[in-house]
Amino acid sequence: MKKYLSFFQLRFAMGLQYRTAALAGIITQFAWGGMQVMMYRAFYHTDAAAFPMTLSATASYIWLQQAFLAFFAVWMMENEIFDSIVNGNIAYELCRPVSIYNMWAARSIASRLARAVLRCFPILIVAAFIPQPYGIGTPASLLHFLLFVLSLILGLAVTITFCLLIYVLAFFTISPQGLRMVFTSCVEFFSGAVIPLPFFPDKIRSVMELLPFASMQNAALRIYSASIGTDEIRRAIGLQVFWLVVLTAAGKLLCRLAEKRIIVQGG
Amino acid sequence: MKTIRLYLHYVSINIRCMMQYKTSFLLSAIGQFLVSFNVFLGIFFMFQRFSNVEGFTYSEVLLCFSVVLLEFALAEMVARGFDTFSGMVRSGEFDRILVRPQNEILQVLGSKFELTRIGRILQAVVMFTYGIVKSNVVWSLSKICTLLFMLIGGTVVFTALFFIYAALCFFTLEGLEFMNVFTDGAREFGKYPLGIYGKKMLLFMTFVIPYALIQYYPLLYILDRRTSIFYMLLPLAACWFFVPALLLWKFGVRCYQSSGS
Repeated sequence: MKKYLSFFQLRFAMGLQYRTAALAGIITQFAWGGMQVMMYRAFYHTDAAAFPMTLSATASYIWLQQAFLAFFAVWMMENEIFDSIVNGNIAYELCRPVSIYNMWAARSIASRLARAVLRCFPILIVAAFIPQPYGIGTPASLLHFLLFVLSLILGLAVTITFCLLIYVLAFFTISPQGLRMVFTSCVEFFSGAVIPLPFFPDKIRSVMELLPFASMQNAALRIYSASIGTDEIRRAIGLQVFWLVVLTAAGKLLCRLAEKRIIVQGG
Repeated sequence: MKTIRLYLHYVSINIRCMMQYKTSFLLSAIGQFLVSFNVFLGIFFMFQRFSNVEGFTYSEVLLCFSVVLLEFALAEMVARGFDTFSGMVRSGEFDRILVRPQNEILQVLGSKFELTRIGRILQAVVMFTYGIVKSNVVWSLSKICTLLFMLIGGTVVFTALFFIYAALCFFTLEGLEFMNVFTDGAREFGKYPLGIYGKKMLLFMTFVIPYALIQYYPLLYILDRRTSIFYMLLPLAACWFFVPALLLWKFGVRCYQSSGS
């Protein structure tokens, strides 16, 4: 455990170094979020009755999504891991007395956390000062807020285990580029990064909510403004735990399989 | 004439280079296709729920989206060499370009010709065809002209934005992420007619960065909301934007101090 903790610390400290990049990111995300709020406002003006949640809940959803982008953006995968698989440096890692799966997990958590810590507060604070219903609202209740935090952590864990699964799959395909692009666009669509899941037609939505992708950002962001009921919250968190377990098991199993038949590329 | 021949030569080198990695090329093209397809799905599902947005129906939005996508894809194919320009400045590659007896813009453009973006172009062409078939527009000569003007003006404006992005690298030495708001962001949010974002935003997009001139106003003309011939010519007027972009680039080249590595 101690060695993984130091991997974590190392990576976390490194992530905190990129402050100018974070500032540029904050400005970008702020503009992006603002445009999105204006877009949903236009739909709301046109037909408020067809809106699946209140406008202020939608705005909160968008701002939180931007603030915690680093938690859930699957495209922010670690290039170094892919590179090490392609160029053969992974051989060094395999010689060490660590499990590469756990090491990658520690690294991913650290770099995502560092990015989010740098970026989320400015966005959240400014969004809180935007007049209602266009800014971020207060959470529905203290309980909702606590559940939101729990679900946020679980969502981060599900996202990371999914990314780990893709890293492991890169052992089998060697060229990770296509794999990565296909998975990224699928996740974007099914997790509600393109449009929030409540905006999908009911039938499709009910299937989508069962998939692991809905356990990433969708659960936490909807709990915050209480746009889902208590029973649904319980089910959503249950599903998050379920997918976390399944994805971790699948990842570890595949990783063991890959380690057994690994062919080091070049070197 | 000679410059065009040289440019085509650059392009053919790039293509042959990419064809050495055929699988990778194919997969990235598919990936590009899927990414833009997501945007379309987003629009599609929004209109399953809403019948229109501020009076624009699904087929009208689709036309708008497909035109912007094609404009962007065309500009991107030509000018993406500027996208990796920060790397060129930092590595000192640009010094080598400056000492050659050829126009520097041509060389930067030729340094990278993104054929993998063919996925996006393909998507744009498919969407464009679909958008035109689906739109209930009665096409007349003047409307076809407007559409052509939109494509020309749009490609120029997006190319100008890529120019500005690259020119800023002279001063910052690294790519500026927030410039993406003006390029990728414009593509992403240009899928809906710009009028829906509110009056102030429309003013900004008319007079500061002329997005509305290449999208919103001519679209109103095509959809018979406006009849004045003035709206038809606005996309060509948007080409003025290329002037400050070019000046900024020239200024940047003049101020350029090698990064020293």
